[in-house]
Amino acid sequence: MSWVTKTLTSSLGRKLLMAITGLSLIAFLVVHCGINACIFLNDGGETFNEAAEFMAHNWLIRASEVGLMLGFLIHIVDGLMLWKSNSEKRPVKYAVVKGEANSTWYSRSMGLLGTLLLIFLIIHLRHFWVVSRFTDVITSGEKTLYAEMLEVFQNPIVVVVYVFGCISLGYHLLHGFQSAFQTMGWNHPKYTPFIKSLGTGFSIIVSIIFAAMPIAMHFGWVA
Amino acid sequence: MEGNMNLSLKVWRQKNANSEGNFQQYDVKGISEDMSFLEMFDVLNERLINEGETPVAFDHDCREGICGMCSMYINGEPHGPNKGVTTCQLHMRSFKSGDTITVEPWRAKAFPIVKDLAVNRSAFDRIMAAGGYVSVNTGNAQDANSLPIPKDNADDAFAAAACIGCGACVAACKNASAMLFTSAKISQLSLLPQGQAERTIRAENMVAQMDIEGFGACTNTGACEAECPKGISLENIARMNREYYGAVLSSK
Repeated sequence: MSWVTKTLTSSLGRKLLMAITGLSLIAFLVVHCGINACIFLNDGGETFNEAAEFMAHNWLIRASEVGLMLGFLIHIVDGLMLWKSNSEKRPVKYAVVKGEANSTWYSRSMGLLGTLLLIFLIIHLRHFWVVSRFTDVITSGEKTLYAEMLEVFQNPIVVVVYVFGCISLGYHLLHGFQSAFQTMGWNHPKYTPFIKSLGTGFSIIVSIIFAAMPIAMHFGWVA
Repeated sequence: MEGNMNLSLKVWRQKNANSEGNFQQYDVKGISEDMSFLEMFDVLNERLINEGETPVAFDHDCREGICGMCSMYINGEPHGPNKGVTTCQLHMRSFKSGDTITVEPWRAKAFPIVKDLAVNRSAFDRIMAAGGYVSVNTGNAQDANSLPIPKDNADDAFAAAACIGCGACVAACKNASAMLFTSAKISQLSLLPQGQAERTIRAENMVAQMDIEGFGACTNTGACEAECPKGISLENIARMNREYYGAVLSSK
């Protein structure tokens, strides 16, 4: 085994992969959330459609999409592998566990929250990514992505699924954001309190903005 | 030391590593609130011996919170409900008469049960043997203060060295990870000048041994830090991560 493989498959290396890909996905969320928030400009989706058009056709964005896919794939596969191997480290479980005495429930449930997010991701990609990249519905000018969103979010079940997806995302980020920095070894009295506050603020704001989209569209708060 | 506390204990009994274990219920009476948790077990064991039964096996040694031998998982927490204490320093006044207390051994793949509540923690010794030392092969011990060390560094190293290797971190962690222990041992050396020479191999070897022993990875839940009787900080795990990445990039 080369030293690179050995390092990346060690307990610390696997966590490093989770941290690096996790932070890349956070960077993606900033862009995704920013563009989607354009629907709240209430201009009939004009700005949003323009941004979506740019994202779909700019070659640099399309190239980084490959990197994004890779990030998702590594984060998911490595995460599931860690979940499995970690769960094997205590073959006989405790009869009584008082988890709330020493840690938050969401920090102990990252595998579960991640799996819920994976299910949500598949539904979400099917709704919008497949339509915009693999059919000509949007490119042919038949429909805008904004119109597609309005249509999808008319279904109340879809809205509920999306809101639950956003709640899972919020809690996943609440632990994941600051945890990524700790894993990379960035723990220092000077900046760790700032990272923790930033992570908390980011998780809450991003998940609220995302959850507000299907709700606002369903109830017709945006035109 | 007679008292007036009556308790119901649910204790894990297991004959040896290969046999099946199960919970046994014991009612103990006349317990003083000034007894330590281990002394309460002494009372129970005296009775079991008198009744011709096998006493409950548990690890203990100094009984003053510094040796790291005691290791009971009490009501869902290692070393019981109080923070910053080992089981031997946990007193019965922390419970109420009439309570039912569940006592389990540390549970981890890397800590096989020897008998009842006693587990084999020699995996920690093997992690230490993999790199938790400085090689000084010749000469006498130096005079004190012949190697000047800034107070802050000495304090940080000492705080890490306060780890008594009891394994509460492993017992508390949902992944049975030994990262708090290993990071404390790496930190106490990497913070001092004596530890610099072997710095590029220490973290690499100790982490490799930790993985071989079957401890889990870290999810940064912080349960280990919260349950550690010696208050070992999560900052040590971050330092270990830095040491490890540095070591794998620079070792030959």
